[in-house]
Amino acid sequence: MPLQFDQIGKSFPGVRALDGVSFEALEGSVHALMGENGAGKSTLLKILSGAYQPTEGRLVLDGKALVNRATQDALDAGVAVIYQELQLVPQLSVAENLFLGHLPSKFGWTDRRKLHAEAKRLLALVGEDIDPDTAIGKLPIAQRQMVEIAKALSRDAKVIAFDEPTSSLSSREVERLFEVIARLKSEGRIVLYVSHRMDEIFRVCDACTVLRDGKQVQTFEQLNAITPDDLVRAMVGREVNTLNSYRPRPIGEVALKVEGLEGHGLKSPMSFDVKRGEIVGLFGLVGAGRTETLNLIAGLSSAKGGTLVLNGESIASLNPQAALKRGIGLCPEDRKKEGIVAIASVTDNVNLGARKAFWIHGKAERTYAQSRVDQFRVRTPSVDQKIGNLSGGNQQKAIIGRVLGHDLKVLLLDEPTRGIDIGAKSEVHDIVRALAETGVAVIVVSSEMPELLGLCDRILVMEGGRLTGELPHSDATQERLLELALPGKTL
Amino acid sequence: MSTVVESPLRKIWDRAGILVVLLVLLVGASVFQKNFLSSNNLINSLGLSVTSTGIVACGMLFALAAGDFDLSVGSVAAFGGMIAAVLMSKDYSPVVAVAAALGAGLIVGAINGFVIAVCGVNALITTLATMQIVRGLAYILNDGNSLGASKPAFAVIGNGTMPLWILLACLIIFGLLLHRTVYGRNALAIGGNREAAHLAGVPTRKVQIAIFSLMSMLAALAGVVSTSQLQLGDPKTMQGLELRVISACVLGGVSLTGGVGSISHVIIGVLIMGTVQNVMDLRGVSTFWQYVVIGSVLLAAVLVDRLKTRGKS
Repeated sequence: MPLQFDQIGKSFPGVRALDGVSFEALEGSVHALMGENGAGKSTLLKILSGAYQPTEGRLVLDGKALVNRATQDALDAGVAVIYQELQLVPQLSVAENLFLGHLPSKFGWTDRRKLHAEAKRLLALVGEDIDPDTAIGKLPIAQRQMVEIAKALSRDAKVIAFDEPTSSLSSREVERLFEVIARLKSEGRIVLYVSHRMDEIFRVCDACTVLRDGKQVQTFEQLNAITPDDLVRAMVGREVNTLNSYRPRPIGEVALKVEGLEGHGLKSPMSFDVKRGEIVGLFGLVGAGRTETLNLIAGLSSAKGGTLVLNGESIASLNPQAALKRGIGLCPEDRKKEGIVAIASVTDNVNLGARKAFWIHGKAERTYAQSRVDQFRVRTPSVDQKIGNLSGGNQQKAIIGRVLGHDLKVLLLDEPTRGIDIGAKSEVHDIVRALAETGVAVIVVSSEMPELLGLCDRILVMEGGRLTGELPHSDATQERLLELALPGKTL
Repeated sequence: MSTVVESPLRKIWDRAGILVVLLVLLVGASVFQKNFLSSNNLINSLGLSVTSTGIVACGMLFALAAGDFDLSVGSVAAFGGMIAAVLMSKDYSPVVAVAAALGAGLIVGAINGFVIAVCGVNALITTLATMQIVRGLAYILNDGNSLGASKPAFAVIGNGTMPLWILLACLIIFGLLLHRTVYGRNALAIGGNREAAHLAGVPTRKVQIAIFSLMSMLAALAGVVSTSQLQLGDPKTMQGLELRVISACVLGGVSLTGGVGSISHVIIGVLIMGTVQNVMDLRGVSTFWQYVVIGSVLLAAVLVDRLKTRGKS
């Protein structure tokens, strides 16, 4: 029996988050939910999990109305939602996490033997051979996610919903996840899949519902009958130039030369350079040392060796403040944690750190913020809006605007489009290209190969804390990149 | 997403709920409490009860805005008062005595700030430790005994309306610092998201050290003012000041999690606490019951605030 969403609506004070969403997810199929940020996907998942109550409409599973007053009700009814931020207790063991809330017990004592055996069995179902007594916190993200899936299976969940499950996985781990999803599907479970990544949607999903501004735009019953462009059009309601639009541009002399850089996350000294007006990509699997390299250059962590030469001048080890003063600016991977001050206004965020005087010049700051907002088409009701209320893409654009407040020579971008929607993605790419054209040297870390191929003049590849190769745009293909990024193939 | 229009009353309540509480309280006290409006009561009782809390709250506002707090202020106030009294008893001029007291406060604060910002120990533990160390030092200065401090030049500080002018000056200076300077804005940014502020180029350590240094200097100032008023340096005084100050700030609307705060919050919070206390004094409520009432007021205020924000999400 399918899972039916029947005219689901949800209102918050002041906001209509969902409006009349109706579709069916079939047994033994994977149903994708797509839409830009703020389209209502997360709200829908939260209604499914019982975290929110719908204002109107109902959920129907197995022909029965599903009334989830709390998350426990949803679990009891066989609905499991696996969120982007995994819901595990890092200090507890794998086994304890799997059975959290329904630990096997004998006379009130935990039945450790049964716990261990059952955990082993569940982990085998997702193809993992982890010791159930390991603390969850010690496992890499990918394995934690598998534990989360096993947890859903421990309750024999009939419906399993994934929220952006691949956002922090490497390509190989993604393959593992897809195998497990295929198995869930063949067992006749209903799988819901939320993602921004077009290639994944077309590989894994059978059907797709597109949301925009809380309303259902369209449900495609047969994904193989349509093209990615159809989906994009449905999502944004307009045409977007596809990501693969590399344009060559004039490249100047060396802006930043990195020589023998050593530090946290690097296994051997790194040397490379980036020229004025050049966009250099840094590709690798999770844990390859890409973020660490950027952090060392930006002075976020301190280098143990090596030199940085900026425009011919050797510069000593930096902190972020000194790096910005010299024109090296980093836009971090985790916007919420390291990028924005969520409760402060757009104006405050854009001007943060670039203030030199003693007094605040409110008018000048607002004018400056407004100019960046206009330049980058940041969609915000006003520059006084709290930045936390903007979508991820608009936050990212504001953060880029912030580093431009310094006399920027080298721009470091760490996963600049992670978790932001397609429309904003192509706008961020346009901004990066435009900055390069003004002579800024750019280094981009990304896990999305199409993004790097569309953007970069040159791509460096890292594996296990080492530089393993360098491909000019003309030689770069997804196959070549992956070959260099996989372990054991060092040049 | 469409926007639902909110009623104007709801808007006023959302924006200025606690201000309404203060106004009701003041009007109620004026109408129903005999002598509340007399100048003697306003200046000497209400005025004096808000000066220490108010002066220290100006500093605490910054600490809270940056996501920290300081438990050592009560001890530092006692320490500052004792230093001034001891120096004057050794025939130093009041100017030197006051300068030394403020300097000592600054040093304690700089140590707090250094340990918290540079060594990375959390503010609770650090200031809990210095609270005890400094209290001990205050006792050691004169063997645990209090000490008279009645030089006429020194008495000026605590005489008549002078403490209120000092408080007003602090409110203006620290209000300007928080709202109009880069230092203030950086403090709020650190409280909002320390890592983001650091990465954006804010000198987070310097700002934190400055916050704690100024904070303790204000505590020492409050100690000096109170010593001058009572003409007595007392190492046992100002116990629990830190809790009264944090309570007043939170009552007024400063966020304990950092990133949110304004000088008007401090003014409102201090006045509410002061008024409640003053009315109870005038009615002859026993000090034991005053504790119960003050605690209940604080609990009620944060509960109302919690319900207000829950209604929104």
